[in-house]
Amino acid sequence: MYVAVKGGEAAIANAHRLLADRRRGDRSLPSITIEQIVAQLGLAVDRVMAEASLYDRAIAALAIRQSCGDLIEAIFILRAYRTTLPRFGYSVPLETADMQVERRVSATYKDLPGGQLLGPTFDYTHRLLDPSLLHDAPVDEALQREGGQEPIMRVTDILADEDLMEDDGTLPEGHVPGDLTREPLEFPMARDLRLQALARGDEGFLLSLGYSTQRGYARSHPFVGEIRIGEVDVELDLPELGFAVSLGRIRITECQMINQFKGSAKSPPQFTRGYGLVFGQSERKAMAMSLVDRALRASEFDEDVVAPAQDEEFVISHSDNVQATGFVEHLKLPHYVDFQAELDLVRRMRREYEAGRGDKTDSDIPEAAE
Amino acid sequence: MPDAQIFSGAFAEPVFAAQSVFRTVMDCMARPGTIGTIAAAARPPQPLGAAAGAIALTLCDHDTPVWLTPQLSKSKLPGWLAFHAGAAVTVEKQDARFAFVEKGAVVPGFGLFAQGTQEYPDRSATLVVEIESFEGGRPLVLTGPGIRDEAVVAPQGLPETFVALAGANRAMFPRGVDLILVAGDRILCLPRTTVINNREA
Amino acid sequence: MASDGQQPLPGTGPERRRQAMGVLAKATRLELEQVWNALPQRPEAVPVRGPETGLVMVRGRIGGGGAPFNLGEVTATRASVRLEGGTVGHGQSLGTDGEKARLAAIFDALLQLPEHAPAVERLLSQVSARIEAEDAQRIRETAATRVDFFTMVRGDD
Repeated sequence: MYVAVKGGEAAIANAHRLLADRRRGDRSLPSITIEQIVAQLGLAVDRVMAEASLYDRAIAALAIRQSCGDLIEAIFILRAYRTTLPRFGYSVPLETADMQVERRVSATYKDLPGGQLLGPTFDYTHRLLDPSLLHDAPVDEALQREGGQEPIMRVTDILADEDLMEDDGTLPEGHVPGDLTREPLEFPMARDLRLQALARGDEGFLLSLGYSTQRGYARSHPFVGEIRIGEVDVELDLPELGFAVSLGRIRITECQMINQFKGSAKSPPQFTRGYGLVFGQSERKAMAMSLVDRALRASEFDEDVVAPAQDEEFVISHSDNVQATGFVEHLKLPHYVDFQAELDLVRRMRREYEAGRGDKTDSDIPEAAE
Repeated sequence: MPDAQIFSGAFAEPVFAAQSVFRTVMDCMARPGTIGTIAAAARPPQPLGAAAGAIALTLCDHDTPVWLTPQLSKSKLPGWLAFHAGAAVTVEKQDARFAFVEKGAVVPGFGLFAQGTQEYPDRSATLVVEIESFEGGRPLVLTGPGIRDEAVVAPQGLPETFVALAGANRAMFPRGVDLILVAGDRILCLPRTTVINNREA
Repeated sequence: MASDGQQPLPGTGPERRRQAMGVLAKATRLELEQVWNALPQRPEAVPVRGPETGLVMVRGRIGGGGAPFNLGEVTATRASVRLEGGTVGHGQSLGTDGEKARLAAIFDALLQLPEHAPAVERLLSQVSARIEAEDAQRIRETAATRVDFFTMVRGDD
């Protein structure tokens, strides 16, 4: 039997009003502005853009404000927003080699063309709380130094001459890049589609999976060949004019993870690579993504699939935090009727169980008349 | 200006016009045999008519490759569709999600277009075919979902083999193509679910 | 791009227009508005398309230089206008600012008209110079965080 239950409209409206009140909080404090969120909580904005798979700082900041800082809620709002917009087209692939670099480090070469550029990093801080940030203390301008004009070569090109580094990943001629926002997922999938899924995947999920590969749940001997953060041009082909124009720049983080590879029947011993590319300044995410990308290439290298991080269907099906939160959180919605049915079933099973233990002459008790 | 035809003739109010046309197409798809009127005005490059142009602006976008007849391909229509709808023209009928056939042109065999798959029957083409009129042709009896008992229509300007073509299309169900017939500013939809027969004399 | 803020952009025809559109996309709305408002005569511009906001799917390449893949989307806004004489201009830029896209489209159209081109060139030079100065500063700031390795001698031999 299905019983429709109505009601709750007033409660919902009042709950939303209460949420708006709590979001605003103490009215004697100034309201936080979108510009402040963009400028001063920029890495939260970056994370929302990366996992929403939508690059727009102002809109991401608005979503963060609207969600009271619940980043997965903000990501959800951005995902909903993007569905209201038409698709103009696909960009010309980004040229990360031409990046206006703001940070670039390599763990494999000390001295390399372009140098080790630390940029604005938390590395080497002592992770001690800074009481000066309790107040609006004046902050020094960044120092400047001449001589940063030399081209910043890609680390992965260094070993390429020796043929010890696998190529940038190629796919068969004529392969059209898959788009998981357009077509349902099917397994197994090509590496391009996996990278799209990982780029929007939950940072925490990928971080844990990446960590698991280091701890032995998948054979992995990774080195950070290079991490670079900076701005790149986004170009779009304009069919009405017949050429591509720049629409402006976005900031991205790229990670080239290098892995030792003993070789297989198909390939000689060499270094293989995992690749990470993420919207915004998201180094941890890019590194985790590159570890998981490499782990998911196990079958490509005749490696045994023995660990969660190597299981494509497991990783890709569970990496999206909007999907995950939707399914987990739906459990709190009314399941009154489902539960009533379960309750009846458990009661009956219990009666049968107790009847079976007790009076064995009458194990088949008829249902009590209701 | 050589491009004047390309850069003009789209909806003045894109959102409202597209919603209005979509509503009409949806209602007619849901009630096969019903004749609807396209209220929103579009001025596509000749020889495509205004109503078919409005349907193109409403339904075609960046993700829907469009097949055009040789005559339409030679017109300014490809540029117009690209600019206003973002849709690219394909010469491969199998790749097309929509196909447009102007009045009087040869209607290609339905089976040449994408039919969808058993798992994804939606990955198929919708054909928009301009005809002479919805009156005065050979009467056709329509039955199937969305039709109470039966509907009778008499479109003029369909190919001689139309009933056989439609029958073969129906036999593929759930695969197959869907049809939108256009005459003047009026439309009539024949989805793949509709059974089409000649009316017995 | 012009480095001294005076020279016109290199190239002619489509390449010049392509470069100009790239600079207009990076201009701020304020930069465009100021030049537009200061024009001695502002031609009438009727909308042909938009301004409309949509999405561009940004593509990367596997390993940085390999096969393309879809990274994620970015908001973009575009507009097309027609001037009185029939010249059509297109403007497009990241973000959701319709007025900026409309002004960029007008300047794209004006660049095609000899009588207006010099004013547009001046705008482009000004914007290019501003971007170059910002880039140069960021390069210098990053250069200041470059690690200068030195080797410490340990022990006597």
